[in-house]
Amino acid sequence: MSDENKNTQWDLWEVFTQKKTGAPHEHAGSVRAPDSEMALMNARDVYSRRNEAVSIWVVPANYIVASTPEDQGPFFDPSNDKVYRNPNFFKTPSGIKQIS
Amino acid sequence: MSNDKIKSDLIEYSLRIGDTSLIHGHRLGEWCGHAPILEEDIAITNMALDYIGQTKIILNYAGELEGKGRDCDDLAYRRDAREFRNLLIAECPNGDFAMTIIKQFLISAYNFSLYSNLTKSKDETLAAFAEKSVKEIAYHLRHSGDWVVRLGDGTDESHRRIQNAVNEIWLFVDDLFDVDEVDRNIAEQKMGPDPEVVKKEWNEIVTSRFKDAHLEIPTVNNFLRVGSRQGNHTEHLGYILAEMQFLPRAYPDATW
Repeated sequence: MSDENKNTQWDLWEVFTQKKTGAPHEHAGSVRAPDSEMALMNARDVYSRRNEAVSIWVVPANYIVASTPEDQGPFFDPSNDKVYRNPNFFKTPSGIKQIS
Repeated sequence: MSNDKIKSDLIEYSLRIGDTSLIHGHRLGEWCGHAPILEEDIAITNMALDYIGQTKIILNYAGELEGKGRDCDDLAYRRDAREFRNLLIAECPNGDFAMTIIKQFLISAYNFSLYSNLTKSKDETLAAFAEKSVKEIAYHLRHSGDWVVRLGDGTDESHRRIQNAVNEIWLFVDDLFDVDEVDRNIAEQKMGPDPEVVKKEWNEIVTSRFKDAHLEIPTVNNFLRVGSRQGNHTEHLGYILAEMQFLPRAYPDATW
């Protein structure tokens, strides 16, 4: 590989932000940074500069193991026709707000 | 002390804080679209916006105290260089990234010491201003302090650049603490902190970071520049004002 093509980018980190205490951390996007401290600051600057989050996680992108598009059938289809697999028949107690 | 004297000192004191925020914010804004990486571009311009927000509050207050119907825009756009009271370090050019970081670090440390003490001001507006601003400044200090250590304790090249920046900017550091009667009166009235306390805290922050970053504080005794509190500025301020004030002066009714 020639020098021109060398990847000089810092490592990729995936960013998860929590909108309020108790809510789940949701994927917000990604940032580049050479280490965790800067990843956290960059994530704060890019994804929560208008007070959007109360907590942030950053995870090295290469630690995320993802299913592939080819997995779509085998991974997700089989449960489609088995309605009893869905917990639709339980009543959610009143007062629980985080579960939709 | 007469009420008129206290009021005029308070106006002067507010202008010093507000003008430093304005000019430093303007300088940081010059990085928009030019920072070394996208994330840093967003971070620096975001901090510039923090400063402009702080400027609005404090210059509006100065205008209100003055009672001549001037607001923050009038004060920012309709004054000439000699009427500005910003610290000299704020008007110094951005230079390279290391110089920008050192300026941002030294100013953040100064504002952090000043504002965290100013929250106890007897003047309610100043106290509220400090309460709001010190949170933003705490982040600026963390961000720039982190970079100081990264560059100082980084490669030979980054260390050389940031030590050069320190050596160069140190001529303007005495100006931070070139206190005068106004500062002392405001402290005496319990409207602002004892300047000695601010200086001591600033020193502690800077010394401890520089130690981590393996940076040396230069021993310069000659040609130190002071005078911002009296409106004696470097040549750089005029150029900033020319750029900043051109539009509102040329088109006074312009809105956007």
